[in-house]
Amino acid sequence: MHTRHAPAEAGTEASRSRGASPPTTVDPPRARRAGRRVSLRARLRRDWQLLAMVAPGFVILLVFSYVPILGNVIAFQDYNPYLGDNPLEAFLQSNWIGFGQFQLLFEDPAFWDAFRNTLAITAFQLVFFFPLPIVLAVALHNLLSSRLRGLIQTVVYLPHFFSWVLVVSFFVAMFGGAGLLAQTMREAGMEPWQIMTNPDTFIILVTAEAVWKDVGWGTIIFLAALSTIDQNLREAAAADGAGRWRRLWHITLPGLRPVIVLLLILRLGDALSVGFEQFLLQREAVGRQASEVLDTFVYHFSIATGNYGYGSAAGLFKAVIGLCLILAANKVAHMLGERGIYSRS
Amino acid sequence: MTTTIAGKPPRPRARRPVWEERPTPIGQAGKALLLGLLVLSVLFPLWVILVTSLSSRETIANAGGLVVIPRGIDTSAYEVIFAGGAVTRALWISTLVTVIGTVIALTVTVLAAYGLSRPRSLGYRWLLAYFLLPFLIYPPLVPKYLVVTGLGLKDTIWALILPPAISVFNLVVVRGFFQGIPQELLDSARIDGANDFRTLARIVLPLSRAVIAVVGLFYAVTYWNVWFDAVLFIDRNDMYPIQRVLQSYLLAGQAPKTSGGASGITMPPTEAIKMAVVVLTVAPIVAVYPFIQRHFVKGILIGAIKG
Repeated sequence: MHTRHAPAEAGTEASRSRGASPPTTVDPPRARRAGRRVSLRARLRRDWQLLAMVAPGFVILLVFSYVPILGNVIAFQDYNPYLGDNPLEAFLQSNWIGFGQFQLLFEDPAFWDAFRNTLAITAFQLVFFFPLPIVLAVALHNLLSSRLRGLIQTVVYLPHFFSWVLVVSFFVAMFGGAGLLAQTMREAGMEPWQIMTNPDTFIILVTAEAVWKDVGWGTIIFLAALSTIDQNLREAAAADGAGRWRRLWHITLPGLRPVIVLLLILRLGDALSVGFEQFLLQREAVGRQASEVLDTFVYHFSIATGNYGYGSAAGLFKAVIGLCLILAANKVAHMLGERGIYSRS
Repeated sequence: MTTTIAGKPPRPRARRPVWEERPTPIGQAGKALLLGLLVLSVLFPLWVILVTSLSSRETIANAGGLVVIPRGIDTSAYEVIFAGGAVTRALWISTLVTVIGTVIALTVTVLAAYGLSRPRSLGYRWLLAYFLLPFLIYPPLVPKYLVVTGLGLKDTIWALILPPAISVFNLVVVRGFFQGIPQELLDSARIDGANDFRTLARIVLPLSRAVIAVVGLFYAVTYWNVWFDAVLFIDRNDMYPIQRVLQSYLLAGQAPKTSGGASGITMPPTEAIKMAVVVLTVAPIVAVYPFIQRHFVKGILIGAIKG
């Protein structure tokens, strides 16, 4: 393959094995570094094209992910966007105030409202949304006609590709004050229900929207897992007298277990994110009290009002808790003997 | 063997295994109801919106708003929209963002996926970690806003195109797919003297049509659906993408503005214009998606499981 660079690589191999041969593992640093340098040049000559290919993505992530992640430090500043001519100058000239923003944040009842709303919505959706794709996938998998199954899949995947603006628009058209349901109820002489503007039932509304948008899409991964379950297991169970529910419980569900655990971990790790656009779009209609979640809180208390440091503090708080959650959830998965998201760090 | 679900008999090849008991009527009915309702919940609103957008003033007035049963076709809402104005402009902006964005994002993603597909290459582990880490840590809103505005991208389409131009999920999918390509093929190309760029273009890409189509669809949908980035970065009305206009008409209660009022035409009802905007926002997705949907399982799952 890389015959042209064979000498250099052979040299590297030799020096490396020489360095590693003493069982005491105290390898001579100079020899190793020298070996590295030769190898580095050779490898650069061999792999520069791969590096060049990676470069555009590298730069985009650097600018739009890593710099903003580092930029989170403005949470420790009294950031004033009007200092200097650009955000960088403003950053350099703003005062450092330590944990002041966090102190304010933790005393802010609006923040705790958002926190509570977020957790409530996560918990509610874990119960009323999470299991639905599994049920739907099992129902689809049991369909005998593959043509019919394909048709249904085409239709139920579709809303996943709609924007939140569209999804909310659909719900407004169907259930809003001037929507189809209200229109029908008025014709029947009834007082139309307030569905889109009622803060008390908002949690049901957002869950219904999320289900409508993504329940079909959520089945894909379960359908794939279902198709890998050995049909012979089912047949053997049937021969042993297991009925359809016992087969479901003892064969189908255990076959889905790794996927379920994986998705549960991902969901728990993301417990503080329940969607952003969906809530921002409906904030006016139902009011802040019911619809504010952490992400919309960050937006409203930073960019919308100009208080950048405060919003950043809320964002950083959420990110740190979120990272802890995902690491913890993964740990739990390992303890349960599942693979989790990453096997080794 | 009468297993009729929603009235369709199964094709002869799909047979229930002999050991499986016959479905109970209640179970069958429940399943049909579940699937039928779900399908209906997607198709019915689409139908109502389409019909209303094509209805005349009288039909809409008689129905009291939205129209379920069509009575004649009246395209005046579309004529008014396409006569020019906010919606036409927004459709252009969105098309531009979607086309340019998808091309850029696919290029960046495919290149990075290939560059990261060979273990033991220089810096492989570091680079892989670098590319995967943003999956766990989202870029925070406020600093991201400051970076984009600081770069002077505000009120340009680049503010909408560049930040999402690489998605870690899509990268993992494409990379996984590339790694499933038999190594012998790549080796033989290299022995024949092809460098990595040629190998990618001549060997890898032709074998990866399914995954490229799927990931391309994902990116195109992302760009077509961009809304919040436009709230953040686009202040000028004449640069609004379609989702932003849709939101202002349907959710913020703004009356549709069209440059219409063209001589002689009576303005079509607001309801029809609103629904026509919805139809125009949905149409590209509905038009493209079914052709790519059949690649979903092949494209994504192979990639995602490997990755």
